[in-house]
Amino acid sequence: MNTYWNKPAETMAREEMANVQAGRLKEIIARLYRQQPFYRSKMQTEGLLAEDIVTLADIEKLPFTTKQDMRDNYPYGLFAVPMSEIIRIHASSGTTGRPTVVGYTKRDIGIWSEVAARSLVSAGLSRQSCIQVAYGYGLFTGGLGIHYGAELLGASVIPISSGNTARQIMLMKDFGTTALACTPSYALYIAETMREMGIDPRETSLKAGIFGAEPWSERMRLEIEAQLGIKALDIYGLSEIIGPGVAIECCVQDGLHVHEDHFYPEIINPLTGEVLPDGEKGELVLTTLTKEGMPMVRYRTRDLTVLYREKCACGRTLVRMSKVLGRSDDMLIIRGVNVFPSQVESVLLGIGETSPHYQLIIDRKDNLDFLTVLVEVTDEMFSDEVRGLEELEGKIKAELASVLNVSAAVRLVGPKTIERSEGKAKRVIDKRQL
Amino acid sequence: MIIHQLSVFIENQGGKLAEVLGVLKAHEINIRAMAVADTSDFGILRIIVNEPEKVQHILRGAGFTVKVTPVLTILVTDQPGSLFEQVDRLSAAGVNVEYVYAFAATSAETARVVLKVDNLPLAERLLNSEGRPADPYQDETGTVPNFYW
Repeated sequence: MNTYWNKPAETMAREEMANVQAGRLKEIIARLYRQQPFYRSKMQTEGLLAEDIVTLADIEKLPFTTKQDMRDNYPYGLFAVPMSEIIRIHASSGTTGRPTVVGYTKRDIGIWSEVAARSLVSAGLSRQSCIQVAYGYGLFTGGLGIHYGAELLGASVIPISSGNTARQIMLMKDFGTTALACTPSYALYIAETMREMGIDPRETSLKAGIFGAEPWSERMRLEIEAQLGIKALDIYGLSEIIGPGVAIECCVQDGLHVHEDHFYPEIINPLTGEVLPDGEKGELVLTTLTKEGMPMVRYRTRDLTVLYREKCACGRTLVRMSKVLGRSDDMLIIRGVNVFPSQVESVLLGIGETSPHYQLIIDRKDNLDFLTVLVEVTDEMFSDEVRGLEELEGKIKAELASVLNVSAAVRLVGPKTIERSEGKAKRVIDKRQL
Repeated sequence: MIIHQLSVFIENQGGKLAEVLGVLKAHEINIRAMAVADTSDFGILRIIVNEPEKVQHILRGAGFTVKVTPVLTILVTDQPGSLFEQVDRLSAAGVNVEYVYAFAATSAETARVVLKVDNLPLAERLLNSEGRPADPYQDETGTVPNFYW
């Protein structure tokens, strides 16, 4: 017996879905053209009028929106309603220190809660569930996104946020938590801490995990499921589009159902921008069909995946995307936080006259990510006193922490230490085995 | 006397010190004095050489991070308290010594001490009796060589 949160939407016939999408697309483009200067000028540059967008196929005429556009229009330049209509603001890391900002109207929060509730039900949760939300609460969308979905569903929510692992485990036992929502790497860390505390995960009531905010492999899923004795499900989302709940794995665990009546997905070749057919791997591009506060048209997510539209064994007809297979840019996700190498560069530029060569080394110890930044000491940064160099190290460390929102170890190294290829330093070494 | 010390950044791992020393040997540069300050992940090699400017270029060319720093060098006699007297003079005047290293001089009765201080002109005046500037260094024949000692 399959249960759905919103059966009509989740099991709609493909043709009907296409009609709904086309209608909503037309509507949102007309609205943006009318009242959003950024999108209007972008369309005018392409020689497009709102009425040129009639069918779903017409979406390919529209230009892409990128993270760079969000940076150029920081903070509120992409909002499509007056600030009086905005009831919530979230933000995530931008490419160089400037965060990407997202605004939600009351209706947007409603839509977000709806898709999050759908996601939780797809993952096998119900009103009877007790959900421990161990994603961070705050500007990051993870915590509040799942929280609102769980409340709408009517489950019991434990808004514990991230960190303080021993306490997480104690409350998990005492409160009878049935579902855990956090990053997959944190889930593994919780499992490990349980073992250290001498607690068998089977002593808890834990049945399911809703894990997202970072890419994880099938191998990691098997490990989490074995260690915690649960079903581990992948949830996908990004703040630019709405937050967690854009797509979710159902209990069949064969791809993530995209809530495409709200978020229209396309796959493109990241190099040429050409739209690729179903079944081909490429970059996911999403258009929000219903958002008011900050609609996004053909937003390039930089996440690589594959789309397929066959009906799923769970009964849902929603298009599925594979687990994220990688990135088409250099963004890294460290402990669930987006980190760009260029952010490190901007910090180092702020410290010296010239930017030294640097390298990010990411490793995973005890299921936690560790970031080390190697910095080649330039003559101008160098000091003949140990104290001088230690102050420099401390300064870099503090600046990095404030810009990246994740702590990094800093190691000063000699010139030419960092491996060069074609004269360029290799910026990132990711040793994590997902 | 104020002299110019070279500092070289070295990572705290095997073979790094040898690399610097190898470059110096290849260019037939004699190290007059040296000291290494170390932390868990890096070290600072401090050396006194003749023609520090030239050696700085050589080391930079070989890909090392190098800095020239003016430091104070004093002569101490081979008896207890000799260094204390001079350092005490600095302390009394509020001059702070950042680091110090010593080595044997050419004669058996004296040793040389290098001090990095936070107020070099004052320290130099304090340690030259009557507070006059130091005479330029001369060797036995009375000529000023292009090296320190």
